[in-house]
Order: sequence, then structure tokens, then C-alpha cells
Amino acid sequence: MPALCSNCSEKRAMLKRPKTGHSLCKLCFFFAFEEEIHQTIVAAKLFKPGETVGIAASGGKDSTVLAYIMKLLNERYNYGLKLMLISVDEGITGYRDDSLETVKRNQQQYELPLKIVSYEELYGWSMDAIVKQVGLKNNCTFCGVFRRQALDRGAIMLRVDKICTGHNADDVAETVLMNVLRGDIARLRRCTAISTASEGDGVVPRCKPLKYAYEKEIVLYAYFKKLDYFSTECIYSPNAYRGYARTFLKDLESIRPSSIIDIIHSGENLSVREGVKMPVQGTCSRCGYISSQALCKACVLLEGLNRGLPKLGIGKHHRLHEKILSQQPLTENEEKKLKSGDF
Amino acid sequence: MKCAELLFSGQKVHHVTLPSQSEPCEYHQKKVLLFLLEKCIKTKFKQAINAVLLRPGILVLINDADWELMGELDYQIQDKDNIVFISTLHGG
Repeated sequence: MPALCSNCSEKRAMLKRPKTGHSLCKLCFFFAFEEEIHQTIVAAKLFKPGETVGIAASGGKDSTVLAYIMKLLNERYNYGLKLMLISVDEGITGYRDDSLETVKRNQQQYELPLKIVSYEELYGWSMDAIVKQVGLKNNCTFCGVFRRQALDRGAIMLRVDKICTGHNADDVAETVLMNVLRGDIARLRRCTAISTASEGDGVVPRCKPLKYAYEKEIVLYAYFKKLDYFSTECIYSPNAYRGYARTFLKDLESIRPSSIIDIIHSGENLSVREGVKMPVQGTCSRCGYISSQALCKACVLLEGLNRGLPKLGIGKHHRLHEKILSQQPLTENEEKKLKSGDF
Repeated sequence: MKCAELLFSGQKVHHVTLPSQSEPCEYHQKKVLLFLLEKCIKTKFKQAINAVLLRPGILVLINDADWELMGELDYQIQDKDNIVFISTLHGG
């Protein structure tokens, strides 16, 4: 028989919180979990009364819990926010079509308006079609870059002031590790930020209210509350680098649960020495989206797809971008390098 | 690896009767897990063992309570216990 709740000492404890080590009953856990997210929102001043906030909703556990809690806290604490759901349809048969059904049910359950934007309509390419061309390596690069922009486009169509995403503590810690492993200093510096300021036209500020919430607690919250969510892993993701960082992180967590929050803490307090070269943010000369190059990553990837040269956006081919911009023909050798042969 | 039920031949709920206890030996979680695995998993055997025993991101609930409160693998299974495995994999 498990012990009693260490908070109310009345009911049976139902879980051990990884962050604090406390054993709590369902009700005390719900309260603590919700209050911590409220504290995160208040401390970081994520929202202002009267704002319209788009919740990036995939139908997965994180965004479902996010939508549920945002609605709950908005009512409990009178945030004065207008909430909406924004979903991206990547066009992945057998995965996203099913998860979007979950989002549509959430729309009913939480009575929030929903907007779905699709890769097909924005880019003319679904992920199914992209994978057919590029295979199962680097396909996540296309998906990630396109999704970021798709969410912004959806947000602009809905005229929302901010987007919030369901990134949890485990996600942030994974990203810190990945950026360390890749030596990506620019991303390492910004990946722990809880919110991004508007970086220019066409980019909507984003925030992560679940930044300090453990995945384990999110899953248990959804399970105990019987929230309706979709839990299949993307069929195209098995080769993604993130998976290795994730497994490593889970191993660390099983030895010492605070590892996750400790990695985030380390990431937050890193400072980059002066004189380290950082990319300068500009705008894409084709679509106007933020970019540190002449062409943004989405435009380069898309150009590669449309020309049958999918490797164009993978790795460094900056010199070729000017040729593309000025519509000069590529040499045979350059074309050969960018074809999908050794993908 | 996909959701946990895919490892168990796509079936979501399993009613398992453990071999009767001739001697008063107690069933430990580990034995039950191995029994479950043998009985229910027809494919991807190795993956499944890794997933459940080493559980990179699989939560185990015994009668709806976190098994970390119950001594994990040392917990003695009682009659009519309900054991739930939840995958924490990304659906994002």
C-alpha cells in the first residue's frame, strides 16, 4: 500500500514528483502542477490582459495539457486572454490525420476556435511527398523548418498577439544537450529563453508556459484528468538526432530526477564570451521571413524540392544561394552534389 | 517504437492470469513483466524488453499509482492488480 499524501496527509499518494521528490495525492498534485504553471506565467510576465493567444495544438499530450491548463488558468485567475488553437497539418498519412481528429475533439471539449494550416496549401508539398523525394534522412529538417513558419503564418491569419507552445522541461533540456553536442552556440544561447520577442514582420512572439513542467507530470496529469490526447510517435522520425539526446536524458533522469531542471538551469546561466561570431539576423529576400542568410531556410529547402535537388538546404551551400537568387544555371557538378543520391 | 500497445500485438488491455502459486512464493514485478512479455509480445521482442524493463520514458502505474511509490520491481503483485504502462513518447 502506498504512503499517504505528504501534503494533505489524508488521501493515498498517487505519484512521486520528480522535481521535488514529494509523494502527492491526485488533488494535491493537480493543484501544485497548475499553480507552478501559473507562477511561471506570472513571473515571466508571459501575457497581458486583452491579448489574443494562439495555442499550438498537435493533439499530443503536451499541447492538450497546455490547452486545458491555459483555459483553466485564464478563468481561475482572470488573465483576460482570448484563446485559440492553431494546428499544422504536415500531411503525414496515418499520423497527423489521426492526431488532427484529436485536436478537433479538443476544440469541442474546450470550446476554443481552431485554425488548421497545411504544408500542402502553404508550400505545395506534403511531408509524404517530401519523404518520397528525400527519404528518411534529414526529412525532419524540412518538417521542423516548415512547421516554424507555418505556425507563424497561421497565427498571422488569426491575428493572434502571441503563440504558446507545449515545450516541456524535458524538451528544453534535450535541446540544450543537442546544441552542446552540435556546438551550435547561437541556438544554445537562446534555446532556454521562455519567450521570444517579435523578431520582425511575419514572426509572432512565442512562449513556453510548460518550460519547467516535467514530461512525467504532464503525462500523469493528462492520464489522471482523462484528457483526450493522441500518443503515437511520428512515423518519419526514427532517425532524428533528438532521439539519442532524449534516451540519454531519460537515463540521467532515472538516476537523478533533478538532472532535467539542472540542465535547463545550466543552459540559462551560460554566457557566451565576447568576440564569438554570431549570425546576424536579417530578412529573407524572397519571402521576407527572418533569416541570417540572403534566403531563409524554408525558401532554400523549397527551391531544392521544386528543382529536384533536395540536398540544397542540407549542409552549407551558401555560395549557391546567390546563384539561385539571380536565377543563374548551376553547373553539372553542382547539380550532382545536390541530387539525392547519397541521402 | 510507437505507443506501448503496438508492442503488445496492438491490444490495449490484457487480462493475465498468473500461474497459480503452489508454494507461498510471491510474485514480483519483474516476474510478471517477463511473463507478460513472453505471453503478449509476438514481435519486436528485444525492443519491448528494453522499453519496459529499462523504460526510457515508459511510466508504470499499479492500481493507478506511480510504481515509484511501490518499490518498483520489488513490488509484490496482488490478486486483481491493475498495471498500466504509459508511453511518454512525443506525439507532437
